[in-house]
Amino acid sequence: MSTVARIRRRPVRTPYLLLIPAIAILLLGMGYPVIWQIVTSMQEYGLAQQFGKPAPFVGAGNYLELFANGELWAVVARSLVFCLVTAFLTLGLGTLLSLLMTAVTKTARLILQIALLLAWSMPVVAAMTVWIWLFDRRRGAINYVLDMIPGVEMNRFDWLSQPWTFFIVASIIVIWMSVPFVAFSLYAGLTQVSDEVMEAAQLDGANAWQRFWGIILPMIRPVISIVLLLQLIWDLRVFTQITMLKDAGSKSGEYDLLGTYIYKLGTSSQDFGMASAVSILVLALTIALSWFYIRSLLKEDAS
Amino acid sequence: MRLRKILLSALAIVIALVWVFPVYWMVNSAFLPNTVLQSFIPTFFPVPGTASNFVGVLADGSFVNALGMSVAITLTAVFFCILFAFLAAVAISRFRFRGRKSFVIAVLIVQMLPAEGLFIAQYKMVASANLLNSVIGVSVIYVAAVVPFTIWMLRGFVAGVPADLEEAAMVDGLSRFGAFMRITFPLLAPGLVASGVYAFLQAWNEFTVALVLLPAEAAHTLPLWLRGFVQASATRETDWGQVMAASTLVAVPVIVFFLIVQGRLTSGLVSGAVKG
Repeated sequence: MSTVARIRRRPVRTPYLLLIPAIAILLLGMGYPVIWQIVTSMQEYGLAQQFGKPAPFVGAGNYLELFANGELWAVVARSLVFCLVTAFLTLGLGTLLSLLMTAVTKTARLILQIALLLAWSMPVVAAMTVWIWLFDRRRGAINYVLDMIPGVEMNRFDWLSQPWTFFIVASIIVIWMSVPFVAFSLYAGLTQVSDEVMEAAQLDGANAWQRFWGIILPMIRPVISIVLLLQLIWDLRVFTQITMLKDAGSKSGEYDLLGTYIYKLGTSSQDFGMASAVSILVLALTIALSWFYIRSLLKEDAS
Repeated sequence: MRLRKILLSALAIVIALVWVFPVYWMVNSAFLPNTVLQSFIPTFFPVPGTASNFVGVLADGSFVNALGMSVAITLTAVFFCILFAFLAAVAISRFRFRGRKSFVIAVLIVQMLPAEGLFIAQYKMVASANLLNSVIGVSVIYVAAVVPFTIWMLRGFVAGVPADLEEAAMVDGLSRFGAFMRITFPLLAPGLVASGVYAFLQAWNEFTVALVLLPAEAAHTLPLWLRGFVQASATRETDWGQVMAASTLVAVPVIVFFLIVQGRLTSGLVSGAVKG
């Protein structure tokens, strides 16, 4: 032990040298873009600037213009609602599945876990193509199955042609992809709840409901909050899913969430100043949400 | 009590089937001839199976081209990511130094920054360096995006190898570097593999940054190429058999690799919370 302590205390340059490559790539790939974006968000940077015209400094001008813009508010509101609904549904469903895993036979649990793992491991783009095929208006399996229910007329129902159903589809897909992570994380947490405590509670007459709220939930609360936080952060940045659903359906602005909105500002409008301002908004929102997550990871690092 | 367990088990199996259905459907459709897929009644088993969809996908040079691009970018990104992350992980888990905590915090914050909030600036940067549509441009961004979590993951592995082992080897006459290479490094192999697979998955599946930095069709990676198929469906009849065959080809290596690192990934993301 003493030798370890000695080596660690020795003032050396080694750690700094070891960090140079990582720091350099982070500054290049992340640091510079963030700074460029902060600067650009305070400039007028449109089509003329793309061709070399100097970008005039407008201070908070872009932000003020954004806040006065009804379209941005609509996009922000839509993104937040989508993110909250999807994240909470994911958490709820994931919790139920993790509880189910603890209550079933070994074989059933294994089958469920393999199914969840397969869904989890699907690359997003491949998953999107399958889901678009499943929801296909004319030949999709989902309309076919729904149409078989008596009284339901779903033949040729176009899910992607109106915002409501479009976002329901998007939400279903995101939930399908995210629930496995939640279920596995919570199941890992549940297996740490000791059997003796549960048995003692049972002997004392606590029913399943009471055991869940009184014992299980408090014990896995740290995992739940981390998982929910990650889910919120991830659901705020659903870009691939929305882009690909828009490819297959409508291109209209009513179907945009924050990611695709920034993309549109940057590509079709070539307005990098405004796009940067919205990006900064997204980054700020993400960092605010991440703070608790980062704090809990730091606690682990200290231990 | 017994009956309840049986009923719940049955429920679990039903849920499993529902959950795995899209994956099954991808493979199923991939093996069905297009004439069958064109029917309005879905075919649920690939019984008159055919490999013609796969042949069709592979015959078209664009798939092979995208595959080449994906392999080149992923290998470059994984190599540098692991190298840089490994060095940094050794620094933060084997040394206590001024600025260590700031570095760890910075890494954790950077790890959370979404590509969706940065791609405008990254596009501008890569474009002004004349590296759009090149392997290098997109790889730089990938390494920067994946390095933070990789450092975090490897940090645990490096810390897991007791420094005393190295000490002992040094007492036995090895140099510090020699002790590290002969003792610690081999013990880290599983950690390096796990982190490498994680970095591979991130780069292989990445869509957003690739979309922005690789606009030319010839430079498309597999995710972009796959998207092109669906995009075309708005204008002409999609060949779903081929799209599903292509999706299967893209997904299978990912699924295999994913199963290798899954356990570590879950615990890596939520560790700290579970310990409580």
